[in-house]
Amino acid sequence: MQYQTQNIAKTYWLGALLIFAVQVSFGLVGGLIYIAPNLLPVEYFPFNMVRMIHTNALIVWLLLGFFGAAYYLIPEESEREIWSPKLAYVQFAIFFLGGLSAVVGYLFHIYADNARSYLEQPVWIKLGIIVAALIFLLNISMTVLQGRKTAITNVLLLGLWGIAIFFLFSLYNPANTSEDKMFWWYVVHLWVEGTWELVMASVLAFLMLKITGVDREVIEKWLYIIIATALFSGILGTGHHYYWIGAPGYWQWIGSIFSSLEVVPFFGMMIFCFAMVWKGRRDHPNKAAMIWSLGCSVLAFFGAGVWGFLHTLHGINFYTHGTQVTAAHGHLAFYGAYVCLNLAIMTYAFPYLFNRAPYNQVLNIASFWITSAGVVFMTVSLTFAGALGTHLERVQGMSYMDAQDQIGLFYLLRFGGGVVTVLGALLFISSLLLMPRTKTVVTGAIPAAAE
Amino acid sequence: MSEVLTKSTARNIFYGGSLFFFVIFVGLTAHSRHYILTKGTDNAGLTESVERGKRVWERNACFDCHTLHGEGARFAPEVGDVFRRWGGEKDPAGAHQMIKDWMKAQPSGAQGRRQMPQFNLTEAQLDDLADYLAWVSRTNTQGWPPRPKAN
Ligand code: HEM
Ligand code: HEM
Ligand SMILES: [Fe+2]
Repeated sequence: MQYQTQNIAKTYWLGALLIFAVQVSFGLVGGLIYIAPNLLPVEYFPFNMVRMIHTNALIVWLLLGFFGAAYYLIPEESEREIWSPKLAYVQFAIFFLGGLSAVVGYLFHIYADNARSYLEQPVWIKLGIIVAALIFLLNISMTVLQGRKTAITNVLLLGLWGIAIFFLFSLYNPANTSEDKMFWWYVVHLWVEGTWELVMASVLAFLMLKITGVDREVIEKWLYIIIATALFSGILGTGHHYYWIGAPGYWQWIGSIFSSLEVVPFFGMMIFCFAMVWKGRRDHPNKAAMIWSLGCSVLAFFGAGVWGFLHTLHGINFYTHGTQVTAAHGHLAFYGAYVCLNLAIMTYAFPYLFNRAPYNQVLNIASFWITSAGVVFMTVSLTFAGALGTHLERVQGMSYMDAQDQIGLFYLLRFGGGVVTVLGALLFISSLLLMPRTKTVVTGAIPAAAE
Repeated sequence: MSEVLTKSTARNIFYGGSLFFFVIFVGLTAHSRHYILTKGTDNAGLTESVERGKRVWERNACFDCHTLHGEGARFAPEVGDVFRRWGGEKDPAGAHQMIKDWMKAQPSGAQGRRQMPQFNLTEAQLDDLADYLAWVSRTNTQGWPPRPKAN
């Protein structure tokens, strides 16, 4: 660690890991309600409450992770300390307590009066999130402006500003449901298939720079090319959510064409990561970080790219829209692109933050394979559930509940995959908290001498 | 490659292109909004009761179990067309009443069946909710969802 203020990332990441555990645990409760609907009393554990904790906790911890990543990598990139460490901790307190009290409130069925999916937070929590975001943007913008400017910080900053700006649409909830839906996607789609991709690409670029030692010029040029393909396809790709909500029919063509192209940036990131690792001269001792980075690019390509393309053409989406196929895609895409990204940068940075390099990475590497196997298994089970359910309900004309009764086996398998996922996540968290020192010093270049 | 495309060219293409596509997107959104408010939905029939019904739907996070026009959770059936499925086109008063009765009868407590909570809504809230579900069923969803006749 070269800069004192990189330590801020510790607080953010420990907070993120705590909420990560909450998120997957509530996922498991949701999976349990599917297979044993009478087990938990519906007065206290209705499915909707469980699902909103699961999804909101996911968003909150991923954002905490992004903030942590920014505080960790910006000092190194800008070659200066964070502008105001005090503000960074104030921001953490607001954001973390806001997120936590939202989740606790949900337990008591306190949701926003005009809640929408992922945006169930009461308005005062939404405002708290916005205040925290403003503090954050001020803090990192000041740091970046006063320091060395690199493509990595440039893209990261752009992504983070975009996240905050599009979140403002969460405050707009018109009475007309179709109009409401159209702008709801301004938050949800333009986040995960726009601004978040900028964060993903820049953090991966940083990791590749550090791990492989490839020339910065090369890495940064590819960074711009990749994010160009992301936004050129992703912005109009929003149309893949406008097929059936009361919007004009032309979205069926615009959405199909542009969202198909959204595969390109994910393919690009995967090729980029592997090419850099092959090209790289450096034999970096943190193998676990490399595995998470490569795993991120591969699973994002499958989850977002392949599983996204699977149901994005309007002729197919007509049948699969709003089935378990969507849930299958949602899981692998979020996991591959954003969960793995966060776990990769944490795995890379923790040994420096806690002054533990070199350490024994066996637990961490095992957790990559276990967690990923669990999520892939859940995804495959849900894909079967979705395909079969679609056929029974939307081709054969069975009623929804009758069709669901036919596919119970796949929900059982999903639950099994979920148990493995949770175990893997807990193993990951403990691997970072323990970080056992290894006796044998792994030989390799000194990472701090990057570039 | 490095001679053909430099880093700063790549950056300029990124900024210019993104701006270009974003402007088109905003333009299309504006057009779509106009379409929704004039043709896509029954905006003239969007009464205060419908709007209050929408808030009941949101306040109780119904979408975290059900889909509406295919969006939301997939734990429970689609409700965008439930009013039509329950015969609302021929007998609106009957479908309206069926929705209210349904809400009051939950949870079913049936073994092995997914449970819907009791929301303890007032008569007025139930009326608003039923009006809302009637209103969404009139939206032009381009023929979605597919509802083949059972064979
Ligand atoms: C990392 C990037 C991505 C993430 C995290 C992600 C996540 C999600 C999630 C959570 C949903 C469900 C939204 C809801 O209704 O609650 C969704 C829907 C959808 N996604 Fe993605 N997605 C990503 C990328 C993509 C890509 C690249 C494509 C296309 C190639 C795609 C195609 C779709 C489609 C078509 C739907 C709508 C499904 C339906 O009609 O029910 N996604 N995505
Ligand atoms: C890191 C791992 C996970 C990620 C990134 C994740 C992500 C998500 C997302 C984005 C959604 C909302 C999208 C949708 O409903 O389609 C969701 C819903 C859900 N997740 Fe997860 N999840 C994870 C782990 C789990 C686990 C371990 C389980 C346990 C079986 C689980 C069970 C569920 C259930 C039941 C839903 C609701 C789906 C529905 O509406 O029927 N998730 N998850
Ligand atoms: Fe999307």
